[in-house]
Amino acid sequence: MEPFRPTRGGGARASLAPAEASLLRNLVGQVMTLIAPDEPQAPPAAQDWNDLDAELDALAGAPKAPDDPVLARLLPDGYRDDPEAAGEFRKYTESSLRSAKQQAAQEMLDTLPEEGGRIQLNHDQAHAWLKALNDVRLALGVRLNVTEEFEEQWGQLRQDDPQWAAYEVYAWLGAVQESLVQALA
Amino acid sequence: MSVAPAEVDLPRSADNPVSDRPWVTIVWNDPVNLMDYVTYVFQQVFGYPRKKATRLMLDVHHKGKAVVAAGAREAMEHNVEVLHGYGLWATVRQDN
Repeated sequence: MEPFRPTRGGGARASLAPAEASLLRNLVGQVMTLIAPDEPQAPPAAQDWNDLDAELDALAGAPKAPDDPVLARLLPDGYRDDPEAAGEFRKYTESSLRSAKQQAAQEMLDTLPEEGGRIQLNHDQAHAWLKALNDVRLALGVRLNVTEEFEEQWGQLRQDDPQWAAYEVYAWLGAVQESLVQALA
Repeated sequence: MSVAPAEVDLPRSADNPVSDRPWVTIVWNDPVNLMDYVTYVFQQVFGYPRKKATRLMLDVHHKGKAVVAAGAREAMEHNVEVLHGYGLWATVRQDN
């Protein structure tokens, strides 16, 4: 990869090898699948009094944070320590946040040639890349349980550990994003 | 990591009724977001100069969180939605 460089008008350009382009497209596609809007579900019938609260919540349309930790990180609560306000906030913002993330990911795919090569982004496209790249890093970071001591975590893995390659991808994504931030800043 | 609250440049008064207390946008530390990226997002979203954006980013990094904006509740909720779009971990709270 040739890292991102600034271009006139507040954009950025870079160059990717075919394998790098294919890897990015694959990862962005996985995030898109993950954040695709849920099918609306009918509230479950109450089995006993314990379920009644859940059913009332569902009827009131106050959604809870997703159970999947990756999804919960991509679509976080807007309030901490206030479940009611968090539910209200999610009710009014979650679907537009999902759409915005889908749109950024799609814009990245649209400007990322399948066979790699030269990438030329205007300012808005560069921002779509920043967001979509960041979502991929968040998803991978949660799956790998990345901490502030990422380098040490990675250093403790043997190169034949199945997670080693994923750590390498995570580090590379960070470098790509860092070069894009530097080009825009 | 320190759990001390980040500094808040807000007027405080013990006899402020709850309804008068301002709302704030808080950004929480997380191990994934790059420091330069967080600084850049603060500049873009809030129009802060680089120096202020960097100071807030460092507060998030070292203190675990920082208040990055204060004002009406609706405006803070809008901030949080925009920050979630950039993948930052942000929440709304009424100042206390």
